[in-house]
Amino acid sequence: MDYQTGFFYLFTAVLLFAAFRVVTSRNPVHAVLYLMLAFSQASGLWLLLKAEFLGLTLVLVYLGAVMVLFLFVVMMLDIRLEGDRWSFWQHFPLAAVLGGLVAAEIIAVQWVGFPELATPAVAAAEVSNTKALGILLYTEYLYPIQVAAVILLVAMVAAIALTLRHRKDSKFINAGDQVRVRAADRLVVVPVATTRKAEAAPAADAATPEEGQKA
Amino acid sequence: MSLTLGHFLAVGAILFALSVVGIFLNRKNLIVLLMAIELMLLAVNMNFVAFSHFLGDMHGQVFVFFILTVAAAESAIGLAILVLLFRNRSSISVEELNALKG
Repeated sequence: MDYQTGFFYLFTAVLLFAAFRVVTSRNPVHAVLYLMLAFSQASGLWLLLKAEFLGLTLVLVYLGAVMVLFLFVVMMLDIRLEGDRWSFWQHFPLAAVLGGLVAAEIIAVQWVGFPELATPAVAAAEVSNTKALGILLYTEYLYPIQVAAVILLVAMVAAIALTLRHRKDSKFINAGDQVRVRAADRLVVVPVATTRKAEAAPAADAATPEEGQKA
Repeated sequence: MSLTLGHFLAVGAILFALSVVGIFLNRKNLIVLLMAIELMLLAVNMNFVAFSHFLGDMHGQVFVFFILTVAAAESAIGLAILVLLFRNRSSISVEELNALKG
């Protein structure tokens, strides 16, 4: 058993354990963290398969972006954790039978169907994995990659448009109105009598601040 | 005993089955359902990469690239819909989503 096989079994064991914990953990935050562990192990398996660019992309895109998005949403939503374990496990027998059936069928078909591929085909790999992938992407798949970019743009616009909300009670400044304002809109000159007949001396002292207010 | 294609395909199959089990188990939490879908896509990608390696064909890896793109878009829109759902109904339980009476 060479070291590649050992690493394969290590990555696989951690990957399957993490995937199991993703679907069975009560706390969604734990589920997201286990999902991150699962993706990192899958990245290790892809490195074993000499798909370096995709392995690193998985770490960067999934662990760095998508899982953080999940984590943000999970932490923002403030989900109540229902205490009843019974309703959670009541579907388990059916799920276990169906899951075992799916796994057995896929493994049976694939294990029998591809027995001769024990050794990897020696690809004419003079260039690195990244360069080979880039050559394919930017020559043969140029049009599909543009479509993929548009899909990402549409997803971004859709996500923002879905979740953006204008609050009714928030105050905001309309810059256009501020620029367009004239002096007459802001300042109103009220005609006030400039002089008033003087009264008795004690009353005049009291009237002085009143006049100042009126002006 | 060296690694064969069957090993990696078996890993993908078990991963896919685990996510199927997860979709059956989680009736209270829509987020875990989205995560199970991500795991399914990972299992499919595992098959693509394994075939690409053992057949010596780079096109499989290009396809994985596109699947990653679409999966990222899907999770972003899915999470946005989830936030909207929680804002409107204060719950993300799958069992309570019966407005369509389907």
